[in-house]
Amino acid sequence: MELTGAEIVVKCLQAEGVEYVFGYPGGAVLFIYDELFNVTNAVTGIATAYMDSIPMVIITGQVPTHAIGLDAFQECDTVGITRPCVKHNFLVKDVKDLAVTIKKAFYLARTGRPGPVLVDIPKDVTSARCPFEYPETVAMRSYNPVVKGHPGQIRKAVQLVAEAKRPMIYTGGGVILSDASKQLTKLVKLLGFPCTNTLMGLGGYPATDPQFLGMLGMHGTYEANMAMQNCDVLLAVGARFDDRVIGNPAHFGQVQRKIIHIDIDPSSISKRVKVDVPIVGNVSDVLEELTRQLEASGYKPDQKALSTWWSQIGLWKSKDCLKYDKKSKIIKPQFVLERLYEITKGDAFVTSDVGQHQMWAAQFYKFDKPRRWINSGGLGTMGFGLPAAMGVQFANPGATVACVTGEASIQMCIQELSTCKQYRLPIKIVNLNNKYMGMVRQWQQFFHGNRYSESYMDALPDFVKLAESYGHAGIKVEEPGDVEPALKEAFKRKNDLVFLDFVTDQTENVYPMVQGGKGLTEMILAEEL
Amino acid sequence: MRHIISIMLENEPGALSRVAGLFSARGYNIETLTVAPTEDESLSRMTIVTTGSDDVVEQITKQLNKLVEVVKVVDLSEAAHIERELMLIKVRAMGKEREEMKRMSDIFRGRIIDVTENTYTIELTGTGAKLDAFIQALEHSAILETVRTGASGIGRGERVLKV
Ligand SMILES: Cc1cc2nc3c(=O)[nH]c(=O)nc-3n(C[C@H](O)[C@H](O)[C@H](O)COP(=O)(O)OP(=O)(O)OC[C@H]3O[C@@H](n4cnc5c(N)ncnc54)[C@H](O)[C@@H]3O)c2cc1C
Ligand SMILES: Cc1ncc(C[n+]2csc(CCOP(=O)(O)OP(=O)(O)O)c2C)c(N)n1
Ligand SMILES: [Mg+2]
Repeated sequence: MELTGAEIVVKCLQAEGVEYVFGYPGGAVLFIYDELFNVTNAVTGIATAYMDSIPMVIITGQVPTHAIGLDAFQECDTVGITRPCVKHNFLVKDVKDLAVTIKKAFYLARTGRPGPVLVDIPKDVTSARCPFEYPETVAMRSYNPVVKGHPGQIRKAVQLVAEAKRPMIYTGGGVILSDASKQLTKLVKLLGFPCTNTLMGLGGYPATDPQFLGMLGMHGTYEANMAMQNCDVLLAVGARFDDRVIGNPAHFGQVQRKIIHIDIDPSSISKRVKVDVPIVGNVSDVLEELTRQLEASGYKPDQKALSTWWSQIGLWKSKDCLKYDKKSKIIKPQFVLERLYEITKGDAFVTSDVGQHQMWAAQFYKFDKPRRWINSGGLGTMGFGLPAAMGVQFANPGATVACVTGEASIQMCIQELSTCKQYRLPIKIVNLNNKYMGMVRQWQQFFHGNRYSESYMDALPDFVKLAESYGHAGIKVEEPGDVEPALKEAFKRKNDLVFLDFVTDQTENVYPMVQGGKGLTEMILAEEL
Repeated sequence: MRHIISIMLENEPGALSRVAGLFSARGYNIETLTVAPTEDESLSRMTIVTTGSDDVVEQITKQLNKLVEVVKVVDLSEAAHIERELMLIKVRAMGKEREEMKRMSDIFRGRIIDVTENTYTIELTGTGAKLDAFIQALEHSAILETVRTGASGIGRGERVLKV
């Protein structure tokens, strides 16, 4: 049977198990919508996915093949514009190549180090016809991601781990992407070592477990950063030694330690920090093999060394670095997040925007499961929170979804309240309204002599009225005593989107903080309260 | 340090711009770049000459390998290899200069491939350094035009780069 290109696209998406397509109509894509993603508008989203290694397939409409290169109406070199921020992209010039190209796109997006893949389809290709057959598999000689780690390297890792006196396990987004929390948890338990997660790795190891030291990095906990710096053996798993994570690499390198690094992407290894035992492979496969070899070797933790190390960590912990003023008469953002955690029983899907609220959410919502924390780490895209919450709610109808945001971030995509209405998405928006671009204000306070240029927002809308004008419910909360009741009320309303506008302390800062360029342990801590 | 990197990549439109884009986006240096299809039409072979510390060059090869259309990457400088570059150079050749120019070309094993009353066009292959030396040896004002391909490289001995 012959199908048109547009029909082929739909069939391919069905074959890949795609349930929801997000898009925006336009002339060159009408054949698919009866498609065009406004690609220029989508670039921010694509770049966000690229930085965080998120699998995504983007299908865009192009002017007809005969018009390409002639500055035709709405022509745009999509492949050119998106090239620096995709894993790969394709321009399909012949309808006969369409199905196999879409197959390749899904294969590339999902395997190896995941990432966005774009398929640009000219209008005449969507209307041309050809027989349809969807390939079961696709092989590409130029693309063969490694899955299993090198057994010899894993043996070296086992040895290092067994000899460690001050070990530390540092894990990132790769654990989430590889669905390897179970394997990670098993290994960490077997070893009895402390574990920390990056911002992208939260939920990879259960946050309520005593071996968890919290997030590390620029706004990581005192104990996680101290342990990271002072360990003698570091096992890094699916994490890329980002500058917000290890601070100044020269300072990090002042301490001698052996590093084992598991990552599927060789270019992530020894990029910023030299590694002693590189293991290229898929996290879950490598961790399974590592655990198997450890068990086979009859591994017994060195209790004496570990208990000395844990008591040192206990001392660091006793700094209570996340403490804040619990008796404040003004709502503290940390307080809202602690209550949010309790009221949702730690079981919500939490998306966030970018700024202080994002860091507080990462510090105070204890994620025990993977894929519950959805945020933009690598690019830090303000405006991410609400659309992300929409996607999560589509994928998990009936689940509790909270979008933690700030009064500046939420306005980046506020128009999506309309889409939420149209599709009845009962998201709970937790707006920590400090009337400041708080994260910017904090930097200005610390590093620019209190010069608060441009960060003060005295032209804010009335968010309750705004939510109501879109047909949603809004609640403004101004007293600490009202925080809990408001949250309870909102989460009781299972079918409604509720916009919670919390008027929070404008002067609150995120602690600890490692200033850009400083060493990981050169933290600014909250003043003694 | 100077490195000469050989790449086998799919002979597809856009593949070159991915490689070039990678170098500019990550601030890597390209001294020369040559590319052409191989005996297998579906593959192109590219040679890039770059400079950078060992760490940078390690990242360059890793990043190149990551490009979906790249099939193989080898840093030729890691072992014995041969490099050649082609230059076409048009020079002034009038009166008694003609004899001198021909002699010079012979010394460098060049070939005169086009002749007019006032000019010679000389074809010269060799390492970049040899081509530089030839240019140096000529009187500056005698050089009318030069075009160079950039280096192509291949491993010495029985070592081959094949898919
Ligand atoms: C305002 C702000 C503040 C921030 N502060 C912090 C902070 O304090 N602490 C912090 O941690 N981050 C912070 N970040 C985030 C930071 O910028 C980085 O995005 C983040 O640290 C990267 O996390 P990651 O190392 O886990 O890597 P990711 O970006 O999640 O990358 C995943 C790694 O795993 C690998 N991988 C992927 N899949 C697999 C697989 N299947 N098998 C093996 N390996 C795989 C990839 O190749 C990659 O190397 C902040 C961001 C913002 C916007
Ligand atoms: C699109 C975009 N523009 C600018 C920035 C820089 N930036 C980072 S945080 C921030 C302030 C965010 O303010 P708000 O949403 O109110 O959150 P708060 O820090 O107050 O919690 C800005 C402007 C960014 N990350 N993304
Ligand atoms: Mg704010």
